[in-house]
Amino acid sequence: MSNAEQSITLTCVNCPAGCRLNVVRDGDQIVSVAGYRCRQGIEYAHQEVMNPSRIVTSLIRVSGSSEPLSVKTKQPIPRHLIGDCLAAIQASFVTLPVTIGDVIIENVLNTGVDVIATRSLPDRTCRSAKVKA
Amino acid sequence: MPKVTSIDILIIGGGPAGLAAAVAAWDAGCRSLLILERDERMGGILQQCIHSGFGLHYFGESLTGTEYADRWISQVEERAIPYQCQTMVIDLTDSRQVTAVSPQYGLQRFQAGAIILAMGCRERPRGALAIPGTNCAGILTAGAAQRLVNLNGEIPGKRVVILGSGDIGLIMARRMVSVGARVLACVELMPYSSGLPRNVVQCLQDFDIPLLLNHTVISIQGRGRLSSVTIAQVDPETRQPISGTERVIECDTLLLSVGLIPENELSRSAGVLLSGQTQGPLVSQSMQTTVPGIFACGNVLHVHDLVDAVSEEAVVAGLSAVRWIEQYHCDTPEEDILCRLEAGRGIRGLVPQRISLPLETDYIVIHFRPFQVFQPGEIRVRADGQTLLKLKRRVLTPGQEETIRIPSERIREGRVQSIIIEAGDSLE
Repeated sequence: MSNAEQSITLTCVNCPAGCRLNVVRDGDQIVSVAGYRCRQGIEYAHQEVMNPSRIVTSLIRVSGSSEPLSVKTKQPIPRHLIGDCLAAIQASFVTLPVTIGDVIIENVLNTGVDVIATRSLPDRTCRSAKVKA
Repeated sequence: MPKVTSIDILIIGGGPAGLAAAVAAWDAGCRSLLILERDERMGGILQQCIHSGFGLHYFGESLTGTEYADRWISQVEERAIPYQCQTMVIDLTDSRQVTAVSPQYGLQRFQAGAIILAMGCRERPRGALAIPGTNCAGILTAGAAQRLVNLNGEIPGKRVVILGSGDIGLIMARRMVSVGARVLACVELMPYSSGLPRNVVQCLQDFDIPLLLNHTVISIQGRGRLSSVTIAQVDPETRQPISGTERVIECDTLLLSVGLIPENELSRSAGVLLSGQTQGPLVSQSMQTTVPGIFACGNVLHVHDLVDAVSEEAVVAGLSAVRWIEQYHCDTPEEDILCRLEAGRGIRGLVPQRISLPLETDYIVIHFRPFQVFQPGEIRVRADGQTLLKLKRRVLTPGQEETIRIPSERIREGRVQSIIIEAGDSLE
C-alpha cells in the first residue's frame, strides 16, 4: 500500500446480508473492494467512498404555531453537508398554508437541491364525514 | 340507542392498510364504504414518519412516510370515499355490528356486510420488560418520542439512551441528534440489530452513535426525572447480564424500541382467533379471519418491515371483501378449506395459515420470519412431506420478513393437504 492509499471499512446497505466491505482508496481512485458477495456491493463501495450522499429530512418552524412542518431535500445532498443543512432548516420558518411539495428553501447551501414540504398544513384530513343512513 | 346504519364494507383504521384496502374495494365496484379512524388525521403512523425510504417498491421512488400517506389519502379523496376521524370503534361483533364513538357524532352503530381490520400495532412498553429501578419521567417508547418531536414539535430530552435496535429506535436516534440532543448509545440485547442495515449505517454510523450488541439496560435510576441507566453485557447464549461488565450512563431520556404487538382487542371481541406466533388473526390467503366476512391486513395481522408490503396486502383484503359481499350478501357460508400451512423448523410468524376457495391467483403469497440468522440460508417448502420448492438466500435474519410465492395449481386441484415451510443453513 502506498502512502496515499487509505483503507476504509463499510457496511453495504443494499440487502440484509450487510456485507462488510474493505475498500482501498488512493485519491480519486478506488484501488480495491473486498468482502462483497454481489455486484451491488462494488457499486455501493464506489458511491459511498467517492460521493456519499443522503436525503435530509427534518422539521421547520411554522410561524404562529407550535406544530412544525416536515421537510426534506428533494434529492440527496453530500453527507458532509447534513449538519449545515439541518442548521439552515432550523434557522428558517414558514407561514401557512403550505402544500406538500412546495419549495421551502431554494438551492440549499448551493447544492442545487431544494428543500420541500413533505406534508400539507393545515391538514386536509382533519375533518369528519357523516354517513347517510 | 342510535339508528343502525348499513354499510357494505367498513374499515377500522385509516393508516396505510385501511387506505389501500378502501381504494382497492372502491375500484372493484363497492360504493358503500366507510373508514373509521381514531386519530385526528388520516395516515396512521405514517403521519409521524418524516424520514424517507418509503414507497421504493410501490411507487419506485424514495418518499417520506408523510408523502407516502399523502399518495393514498389523495386516492381516497379523489374517489370521495367517506371517512371519519376522531372516531373510536368500541365494539365489534361476529355478526359484523360495529359500535363507535366520536366527539362529532356521539354514539354510532353500523351493520357492515364485511369488515376490514386495519388497526395496526402498538409498541411494547417498559412494563413488558420488567427492568428494575425507579419509576421516573423520561422513559418513552421510541414511537411516542417520534410523535412528540415530529408532530407536536416538542423535544423529550437532551441526553438519550436507546434500548433496542428496531427500525423506529434507529430512526429516532438520528432524529434526536438532528434536533440537538446527544444520543449516547443504542443498546441491543441480541448479537445483531433487528433493524435494516440501511438504518444502522445512516442513523447510527453517520452520527457516530455506538451500537452495543449483546448488551442490555439492567437498571433505571432517577427521582422525578431519569438521571442514569446501568447497562451490562449479556451472555450471548443465556442473554443474562455478565457480572463485572456493568456501566452507568448518565442520561435524562430512555427510548424503548423493543418490539411491536398487533392491536387486536376488537378482533378478540368479535371472536376472531389469533395466531400465537404473529399475535394477529389467523387468515386465509384472501386475508379472511376465522370469522366469515371479517378480513385483516397490515400490522394488525403481522408486523411488517416495509409499508409497501402493507399496501399490497391491504389491496388483497379490499378485493376479497368486495368478492365476499357479492357472493354471500345475506348468508354466511362455511369456508371451503383446501390446505393448511405450518411453520416448520427455523421460522415463525407464518401468514397465511390456510388456503381456501375461491383461489383465483396463480401464486399464493406467504410471509414469515426466520427464527435466527442463517447465512447463507435456504427456505424449503414441503407439500405433504415432499419438497415442493427450495429457495436460496444470501442471508436469512429475524430482522427481515421473508416473502415467497408458491404456485396455486396443485393446491387448487385439492392435491395438497398440508404445506410446511422451513428455514435453515444452506447445505451447499
